Amino acid sequence: MGDARSETAILRHPVSWAAGGRLFPRHPRRSVRWSGGNRELDRANRGIMAKENDVELVSVSKLYGTTRAVDSIDLRIRGGQYCCLLGPSGCGKSSTLRMIAGHEAVSDGDILIAHRRVNDDPPARRGTAMMFQSYALFPHLDTLDNVAFSLKMQGVPKAERRRRAMEMLDLVSMADYAARVPAQLSGGQQQRVALARALMTRPSVLLLDEPLSALDPFLRGRMRAELRRIQRELGIVFIHVTHSQEEAMALADLAVVMKDGRIVQAGPPREIFNRPATAFVAQFMGGHNVMTQGGRTVTLRSDAIRLSRGDADAHRRATVRDVEYQGPQVHVALATETGEDMAAILPERTYFADPFAPGDAVALHWAPEDLHHVAAEV
Amino acid sequence: MTDTIDTGARRSIRRAIPRLGLRRGQGAGEGLLLALPMWLVFALFFLLPLAVTLVVSFWEFTQYSIEPAFILRNYADLFDGCIDGLPYLCTTLKTYLSTLKFCFLVWAVTLVIGFSVAYFLAFHVRSLPMQVTCFLICTIPFWTSIVIRMIAWIPLLGRNGLVNQALMGMGVTDQPLEWLLYSDFSVILALVHLYTLFMVVPIFNSMMRIDPALIEAARDSGASGRQTLTNVVIPLARPGILIGSIFVVTIVMGDFLTIGIMGGQQIASVGKTIQTEIQYLQFPLAAANAVLLLIAVMLAISALLRMVDIRKEL
Repeated sequence: MGDARSETAILRHPVSWAAGGRLFPRHPRRSVRWSGGNRELDRANRGIMAKENDVELVSVSKLYGTTRAVDSIDLRIRGGQYCCLLGPSGCGKSSTLRMIAGHEAVSDGDILIAHRRVNDDPPARRGTAMMFQSYALFPHLDTLDNVAFSLKMQGVPKAERRRRAMEMLDLVSMADYAARVPAQLSGGQQQRVALARALMTRPSVLLLDEPLSALDPFLRGRMRAELRRIQRELGIVFIHVTHSQEEAMALADLAVVMKDGRIVQAGPPREIFNRPATAFVAQFMGGHNVMTQGGRTVTLRSDAIRLSRGDADAHRRATVRDVEYQGPQVHVALATETGEDMAAILPERTYFADPFAPGDAVALHWAPEDLHHVAAEV
Repeated sequence: MTDTIDTGARRSIRRAIPRLGLRRGQGAGEGLLLALPMWLVFALFFLLPLAVTLVVSFWEFTQYSIEPAFILRNYADLFDGCIDGLPYLCTTLKTYLSTLKFCFLVWAVTLVIGFSVAYFLAFHVRSLPMQVTCFLICTIPFWTSIVIRMIAWIPLLGRNGLVNQALMGMGVTDQPLEWLLYSDFSVILALVHLYTLFMVVPIFNSMMRIDPALIEAARDSGASGRQTLTNVVIPLARPGILIGSIFVVTIVMGDFLTIGIMGGQQIASVGKTIQTEIQYLQFPLAAANAVLLLIAVMLAISALLRMVDIRKEL
């Protein structure tokens, strides 16, 4: 890499990373900017980064013995995209991430980062950095030395690496905790340190293995927004593994739904939610009814169903099984005459204009165009 | 963090006390009562003999009697000529130096072997059943008595032993190697053979606590294998290294059996000196020597602790 200035320019850290009132509030001591305030350079870098840092998987497989954990998947993540790998446990999403990271050997196929085949490169030479699920902070090192670890490995002198690590800690507003060891930090603080450590290597791809699963729901929400903002501002690729469809919908530019080692559907979250490719995707994303109609499998969004009492032109007739109040909406579980389980989601006000009780007979209505045909495969 | 755990633990203990039928205020007394059996064992088998040894080391002895007294002659005898005779070393200093030499060499060799074996078991053997199997294999030497294990070396290393015959048969040497048996080499070999497991077990134990993600995190940060070893594995295995070192150092410092048998009764060691003195019923002298040995071992261990501590500062 070049001199310190151009190095920092590569990561190009914007001011808003430390905006007030956020999880990483502005720090009074913070005076550094990654590019030294050169917006021209910032913009130029962003352009280069976005074009150069595509991540491509070309029929990548992972075999454990004879088990195919990942079964020849193809995926292209464009530079600057936030990608979420989504799926139930055992679907191969973590193995995929670990292969991109270089912590797992690729059994077959190629991984390309910035159009370069990286199959045999060690993690550090791929330009990737990983944030581990357990954070994996070194318990014997204090916060500052944890963040400075990669610099120490490069042989950067002590004073220099401490200074640069301190800048990074400042940016995640953890500078006050520089002398603490991980055991003295809360989960959220450890995560910020882990993030700072991962960013210290100036990665072009940041890999996150279920980064929010260990946090409480409130912190998870805040951290989610924070991750999204950091990603947008750094302009690098984030690949985020999660089993939560809510997380994927909130964060991803590109959501990739996986099942049994294969990609079932990849696309923007809105497309996946509105046009699920298979019944599995519809069920996994939630908020959908999967039915058979005229011998074909169709999906219907739960919030596209209208309920009424005993109309003749109903699409289906059903009994209310259960009613769950969810705040802005009400979830009504239904059992149809043909024995199917369905669910309707009604806006709170609409529902309470004419509420139902469990056991009530209701008629279901929907617009024909709301039915979406999917592949028969479950 | 630790504070909250402590108060939490204390609170739960306080909650548990009424359930056990213990009243508040009796807590301290009850605690002492519970600790009493351990204290008795400790006092009877450690403190008392130690005190007796210390007392006897000041007693007077002649060729046919041992008299209670408070004299420093035993200690003076130990160091007889040690100061005046410099730079020539007196017997005591020579013996200690020889013992320390064995101690250091055995410690260094068992540390390297023990660390390597523990590393292999912890990081390269993936499945638990396989780890247990390998571990049991490591303990095989302990299935027989210490004397048999030592004697087993003799047909292997002797003048006409297997090793010498093999070397001569291959034409590597034309006469048998003398230094294979009854030498420093054989003593160190036997000690290493006997005590490496004491190094393996504690180091393996601390390595098993290392989260494999830490190794990956180090690799992710660009650490080479060697850097991961020195920056992550060794610091985190430090408690195990320390405990294993204390085991090996204390055992080797007091050893007289191995050095006696494998050294052909020709090599001096402190343990052997004490044994000889006891054979001649010179109990006070042996006691004085034992006290000196105790001090030496404690010094060696504190030096060791400091040495390992310095590593942490780097």
